[in-house]
Amino acid sequence: MNLEKLKEIVRTVLPSVDVVIGYKKGLDALHPVPCFLTSPDEIDALVLNPACMHNLAAYLPSLKNRAAVVVKGCDSRTVVQLAQEGLIKRENVVVIGVPCQGAVSVRKVLSAIDHQPVIEASFENDTVVIKTKKGEARLALRDVAPDKCLACRYPTPVVADHLAGEEVEPKIDEKTAYQEIREFDARSLEERRAYWMAEFDRCIRCYACRNACPLCVCRESCIAETRDPHWMSQKATQNEKMMFHMIHAIHLAGRCTECGECERACPMGIPVARLKKKINMEMKELFGYEPGISMDDKPPMYTFKVEEEKIEEHKIR
Amino acid sequence: MKKAGYLKKQKEKEFIAALGAKARVYAPCLEDEAVLFKPVEPDSVICLSRPAVSSPKSAIYPQSETLFSFRFKKDSEDPRRTLVELDDTIAVPDTIIFGARPCDARGIAVIDRAFSKTETPDPYYLARRAKTTIVTLTCPEPSTGCFCTRVGCGPAETSDSDVMMTELEDGYLMEALTSKGEALLESPILEDGTAYEAQAKEAQKAAHERMIKEAGEADTTPVDPETFHSQVFWEKAAERCLGCGACTYLCPTCYCFNITDEQVVDKGERIRSWDACMFHHFTLEASGHNPRAQKALRLKNRIGHKFVYYGEKYDGIIACSGCGRCIRGCPVSMEISTIAAALKKNSGTVSGEQ
Repeated sequence: MNLEKLKEIVRTVLPSVDVVIGYKKGLDALHPVPCFLTSPDEIDALVLNPACMHNLAAYLPSLKNRAAVVVKGCDSRTVVQLAQEGLIKRENVVVIGVPCQGAVSVRKVLSAIDHQPVIEASFENDTVVIKTKKGEARLALRDVAPDKCLACRYPTPVVADHLAGEEVEPKIDEKTAYQEIREFDARSLEERRAYWMAEFDRCIRCYACRNACPLCVCRESCIAETRDPHWMSQKATQNEKMMFHMIHAIHLAGRCTECGECERACPMGIPVARLKKKINMEMKELFGYEPGISMDDKPPMYTFKVEEEKIEEHKIR
Repeated sequence: MKKAGYLKKQKEKEFIAALGAKARVYAPCLEDEAVLFKPVEPDSVICLSRPAVSSPKSAIYPQSETLFSFRFKKDSEDPRRTLVELDDTIAVPDTIIFGARPCDARGIAVIDRAFSKTETPDPYYLARRAKTTIVTLTCPEPSTGCFCTRVGCGPAETSDSDVMMTELEDGYLMEALTSKGEALLESPILEDGTAYEAQAKEAQKAAHERMIKEAGEADTTPVDPETFHSQVFWEKAAERCLGCGACTYLCPTCYCFNITDEQVVDKGERIRSWDACMFHHFTLEASGHNPRAQKALRLKNRIGHKFVYYGEKYDGIIACSGCGRCIRGCPVSMEISTIAAALKKNSGTVSGEQ
């Protein structure tokens, strides 16, 4: 992540686009926020550090104009997937890639500093330094990285018109990437059900997970809220909440680019990204497909084969 | 007569258990890393050291509730006729909200007006409200996003609670503010608190000063009408908003709801559930027209309701208690405090940001 290089790129790109989506300082140093640059005067306000968690590609489908967007490795996969699904036109987007050494989970930082208000935060190589009233805490980036970063295989954007920084080699292979899911799968059905029921119990149906998701495309027609037809009960019961999260997960089968925004957005700290990752693992095993990796791929849910190699029921006898 | 009791920290569990024997106790409980107001169970871990993610409004105004249940029946005398059986019993348990913050209590006061000072007072809400006692904790330290003093509330504000508890070295001074509060303090677990009153007063004063230093004094400047009606202002302010309902559902003062009839075959229920003005459906009309089709207009309504419209209806009162929950809980850190401050300046194109 190289802020000066990024500013330089933005300065060159800005005249050719209507808006540049990047990050600027927010609530405090731990909470940068998405910003929408339209004038060169705003370039100096740009921020780039491991706290820049938001997947800015999520804003692309709602923009009518030509935009440049700052993306980390994970976010770049969203650009690819959106383009494959026809939700954006690749030629309308200038992709400014940021090779990434791993982001910071605000939730994990707060937990490590006993939920003290943050006075200052700064980032050094692989350490985040947090100042609170109780003093200074030096946290290893690895210890406060969101789960998605610990299993990241694409630290360098898979698509980029400009690159702000040196390429970063992935530290994880495909097998380790899904390790956590396999371990969870090894638990009994009852255990897993109890786990999710307890997690979903906290859900307040605010739909932050859905709205933060760059690939949730139903928008105003989401099954969770439509009033005519009234598909889902508005009761705040565990069953209804589970139903919603399952629909969300299933709708992302073979589409989720694992940016983790659903999980980050959840005010209740429900690990909803895990559901999508599980489905992605299955999709990979069934169809050998990983979403948002190559512009030339055809997502399996957008096509069909007469016979599916790994699905017994789809074989012609 | 004002009554004060002293609760030793080591007796906190015992005291809550004793309250639990008499009523349903809602307290901030630790769930994973999140602190949430929930009915206390024997294995609950109560966490008073930081503000809860959610507000305790759900104790009085649940996320969803059945207003009545119904069943259609054929009239056995005349099969052409269908009869409807209705059950609209309101069953309400005695409830104690334990460990609210003054901003939470203020939030309930805001909701109270909406459900009582109207032509159609709400029997469901009022039945629960009448049976609820609010025990509020003096906020020792401001959290990220807190700005209560700026909207006329404060970390030691007593006006909306039944009992005020203030943390001291090895316990809490519990001061009754209402007769409900006095009744709650009738407990052999509490010691006489008179000796701690001066100390608690000091702590409350210190908390207030800390918050003033952090957030500033009450800002009574009215909203600038030109800025408030500037489309550019709202488009800029809403730019990064994702349009989810986290802010409204975490908010202690938001009270908008939706009503749905949910029927399966011959029986069903009328459900009232929280709604959020940031959702597209919120003002979607039956004709298909939506007067607030853009998120900028929806944000204007959300902020406008709190800082303009509510006050127009209820003596200039601000319907925001400055708790900072919407700020902390927002996936893109939208800051209601900054937007509200920007609204007070006459600058039709300001961005609502620093």
